[in-house]
Amino acid sequence: MRETLDAWQFVAAAYAVGVGGTAMLIGWSWIAMRRAERRRERVRGR
Amino acid sequence: MHGLANPARFLRIARWLTPLLLVSGIVVAGGALGWGLFVVPPERLQGDTVRIIFLHVPAAWLGMAGWMGIAASSFAELVWRHPLAGIAARGCAVPGAVFTAICLVTGSLWGRPAWGVWWVWDGRLTSMLVLLLLYCAWIALADAARRAGHGDRRGGAPAIFGLVGAINLPIIHYSVLWWNSQHQPPSITMGGSAIAGVFLVPLLASTVGFSLIFGGVVLARMRAILAGIQAEARLRRRAMAESPA
Repeated sequence: MRETLDAWQFVAAAYAVGVGGTAMLIGWSWIAMRRAERRRERVRGR
Repeated sequence: MHGLANPARFLRIARWLTPLLLVSGIVVAGGALGWGLFVVPPERLQGDTVRIIFLHVPAAWLGMAGWMGIAASSFAELVWRHPLAGIAARGCAVPGAVFTAICLVTGSLWGRPAWGVWWVWDGRLTSMLVLLLLYCAWIALADAARRAGHGDRRGGAPAIFGLVGAINLPIIHYSVLWWNSQHQPPSITMGGSAIAGVFLVPLLASTVGFSLIFGGVVLARMRAILAGIQAEARLRRRAMAESPA
């Protein structure tokens, strides 16, 4: 029996994982950087 | 490279380079993915599933490039004792692990319609999974070394592990040639490309875009680690100055 698969479901899932994962990585790294640099400035200013 | 080992000089460059890499990477990768999704025609045999290539291949390249970065930084840390080398290795680890995980998941999502299975234990897939496990182990080891107070000590277990783990990179690359594999052999080599131009150009654009994003993320993580070290050092100096003799 030949299985019929909707290719777009797999494409959409792959793009959700790839784009979502990359966006979370960028956001997390940027926020962590800003937070660490603000803390350094606060420590300097004390 | 030696000039960049100075933290002050590194920060001066990284301040403008980090947003530049991230913004240009998002624009190039976003454009390439849109091109791959909406402009590129379906492939003759694989149909629309071929569009996964524009995510899967850059993720595979960056998963391996992340460990190359760890290995090169580990070498610089052990041989030249660069003050930023250990920080660069830590900056490469998480993005490398994330892109390796994206490669494995998108590969599985491509394998199901193309091969009929989500996963096979063949050389390429297994060596990529080993790379993800190596990343997890390296991150845990580097974190343990930092918590144990060895963070400022040059060399050490993470650097040696980073170099030894690089043995997995040629295994990943040659796995499809050494062993019978469900995975296809390399499509892009030094001699040319087996991929049609209509797929190759957006694939290269996507690879460039994601590489720019990777560079920006590594710089952002290095800046965060460096800022943390500088704040801790200042607090420690102040505590020592304020403590009674």
